[in-house]
Amino acid sequence: MQWQFWIIQTLNSVAFGGLLFLLSSGFSLIFGLMRIPNLAHGAFFMLGAYFGFTLLQLKLQFWLAALVGGLGVGLIGIVMERFVLRRLAGNEQGQVLVTLGVSFIIADICLLVWSGDPMPLPAPQALRPPLRFAGFAFPTYRLVVLAIALAAALALYLLMERTRLGAMIRAGVDDTEMARGVGIPVSRLFTTVFLLGATLAGVGGVLGGPILNAYPGLDTDMLPLALIVVILGGAGSLLGAFVGSFIVGFIYNFGIALVPDLAYFVLFLPMVLVLVFLPQGLFGRVQI
Amino acid sequence: MTTPALEVAHLSKRFGGLPATKDVSLSVAPGERRLIIGPNGAGKTTLFNLITGDLSADAGSVRLFGRELIGMPTQRRVHLGLARTYQILTLFPRERLVHNVVLSLLGLDRRRWNPWAILTASRDLYANARAFLERVGLGEAAERIVAETSYGERRRLELAMALAQKPKLLLLDEPLAGLSQPERQTVRGLLDAIPREVTIVMIEHDMDTALAFAERITVLHYGEVIVEGTRAEVVADPRTREVYLGD
Amino acid sequence: MTRRAAAALALCSLALLAVPWVIGNEFYVNMASQVLIYALFALSINMLLGYGGMVSLGHAAYLGIAGYACILATTAGYDQLTAAVFAVALSTAAAAFFGVLSLRAPGLGFIMITLALGQIVWGVAYRANDLTGGDNGIRHPARPMPLGFDIRDATSFYYFTLVVFLVALFFIWRFGRSPFGASLKGARDQPRRMRMLGHNVWLVRWITFVMAGFWASVAGVLYVYYNLFLSPHAISLQQSAEILLMAILGGASTLSGPIVGAAIITLVKNVVSTYVERWNTLLGVIFVVVIVFMPYGLVPGCAQAWQRLRNRIKSRKAVSPAASEPAQ
Repeated sequence: MQWQFWIIQTLNSVAFGGLLFLLSSGFSLIFGLMRIPNLAHGAFFMLGAYFGFTLLQLKLQFWLAALVGGLGVGLIGIVMERFVLRRLAGNEQGQVLVTLGVSFIIADICLLVWSGDPMPLPAPQALRPPLRFAGFAFPTYRLVVLAIALAAALALYLLMERTRLGAMIRAGVDDTEMARGVGIPVSRLFTTVFLLGATLAGVGGVLGGPILNAYPGLDTDMLPLALIVVILGGAGSLLGAFVGSFIVGFIYNFGIALVPDLAYFVLFLPMVLVLVFLPQGLFGRVQI
Repeated sequence: MTTPALEVAHLSKRFGGLPATKDVSLSVAPGERRLIIGPNGAGKTTLFNLITGDLSADAGSVRLFGRELIGMPTQRRVHLGLARTYQILTLFPRERLVHNVVLSLLGLDRRRWNPWAILTASRDLYANARAFLERVGLGEAAERIVAETSYGERRRLELAMALAQKPKLLLLDEPLAGLSQPERQTVRGLLDAIPREVTIVMIEHDMDTALAFAERITVLHYGEVIVEGTRAEVVADPRTREVYLGD
Repeated sequence: MTRRAAAALALCSLALLAVPWVIGNEFYVNMASQVLIYALFALSINMLLGYGGMVSLGHAAYLGIAGYACILATTAGYDQLTAAVFAVALSTAAAAFFGVLSLRAPGLGFIMITLALGQIVWGVAYRANDLTGGDNGIRHPARPMPLGFDIRDATSFYYFTLVVFLVALFFIWRFGRSPFGASLKGARDQPRRMRMLGHNVWLVRWITFVMAGFWASVAGVLYVYYNLFLSPHAISLQQSAEILLMAILGGASTLSGPIVGAAIITLVKNVVSTYVERWNTLLGVIFVVVIVFMPYGLVPGCAQAWQRLRNRIKSRKAVSPAASEPAQ
């Protein structure tokens, strides 16, 4: 009986960690390249979940809904980047605050359109029955979410290390001025990275729907977790986002399961330790 | 054998794979006027940054009148008598000239911790600040906002701020950069007027003005000391010409 | 202080004192109290933002910690003064601790860490049902009787709040004009230079953080006395953002800016929310518009416009033949 509990919790943790990775990898990329902590990122995640809900209501196939929902959020991201953030180029403080303002607008509009009740997203039929193995039951959907997150991590790694786009992004993260100097189209890069980051968050939102539901407040629940992941793992580092996501996923999940009253507090401790001993995070490349 | 004002021993700094400062050692006697020259990218400003603590060294030691500075935060080094001007002006552009110098004076004054007294009521600070501005010929401009002054005036303000710290060791990073000929003469005059209690180490590209000022010269190239000696020795040394004309 | 500034101050003081008498309506007197509490809160965050150049997105935490501590201490049986002092002390101590953490990474890192810390405090308040009542919040038994004065009615409470506010305003005003304040502003503009002049930039910022936390704690106690109730909403990111907006809207570089901003936002919120349901969207839009078009805020913006108008009037006078005043 005990074993089953630990297995479920562990799987919940890694699945949640996977979702966090989809959320925070985008955040870390945007921050690493553009030096903007996108405070609307939690709202992007939530918006993705709501998009997913509606698309599923319209009987769209689950994986397609995830993709379309993610891209929808990505488009909103592009609009924000091109029409608001770009106008504030050079004013880093202003850019951060503006993303906060946008997050309020998105959250409120979600409330208007989808009302205040939590919306469950139905997991794909095929994945609902649990996977039975060695006498234990494994929640299938969560396993799949984990697999997708790992695939996304691999894809991002290949993108960053093996493609021209990735090389340009890494150059931009290291030294934006220099990158501009050698002819890298930095403006277009910014937009691309924003699109990528927002889409990842949106997809994460849809995939997370069956686990977390779509509800008002999802954005402010997820944003600080993304921040803690980046603080722990180090800004601008994909590996940091990866490791950090799973660490936070575990702590948060087991925290909620074992000491629900103090779950946030339990998250606090590792963040404090990292800040005290390693202010750049475990793998930080960008001085924040 | 008096304690050197500045003693740098085997100082090294790498940026990623790039060695910016390679095993640099030098010794400056109290009261000396030392010139540091070298082509762009030779690591001159990096060396200054290592001495001031703006950058942390990978290895080596920096001693100010015998006190080890490595590991010490920048503001403490200042309290031991270190002052510096910057190659790129770092002033407070929206403030009056006198306020800029007052900030400099406050840095070494206990009153900087007072959150209650009204700053402008400290008449002695302001009088003192105006005196330093007078010294560099900016007495008339004391109440002007920095943004409304000329580049030459700003360079002199930077110097006034450094002198207001009554430093024992003064690091000047290209104090003549961007100045017209007459302005250079003015600043050169101001530098000559600095008393011998202050040891000066200067980075400069303007050979005419700087060479006349320097007593000893250190030549840096790719982060290493190539030549060092008196002005005459360095000027005559063939390696100096090599450094500037390429290998 | 110039004579004009002293006259302006006297006028404002008179106006503030006369408020309850002029406005007879209890609802608006209460709103005036609210404005003062938020103005104090905005002034405290402006010590960090306007004078220090530091954007804290978790400042509401100190209002919350002080508020909850005050309620819990009072319900535990401690007398009002002890409860208030305990609340402010505990919250300020939290600010001291959080300040060390937040200043590990100045600039954008500071923003992220303060936000994370603020959300953690919110999360604890939200989940620790036994202690804080969770989402339902907890009640403060009754307004205290400071020095024997009964402040249960709107007017008396307003005067009580006004006294506290004016004391705080005085301290913060002097803070801005002090050598320490100059050191802080210098560190905002050129931190590297300030270090090279001998200033301990980290320590200056940390002390400011603690002081700002202190005044936010005081605002927290006032908040709880006013509402006689506290829920996690008061510590939410939205609250921190609103306070920040008040400072920015009014003008972070001035003393009066946050006060003006607090007045405008509070009034708009109370009036508008009866007509408009989407207050959050409006808040977000105001945020974006102010930051993009009016980054220095209303007070400096209006002062500039006023100055330009005066210049134009003066130069027009100089052109007319009867003029004796020279052009500016």
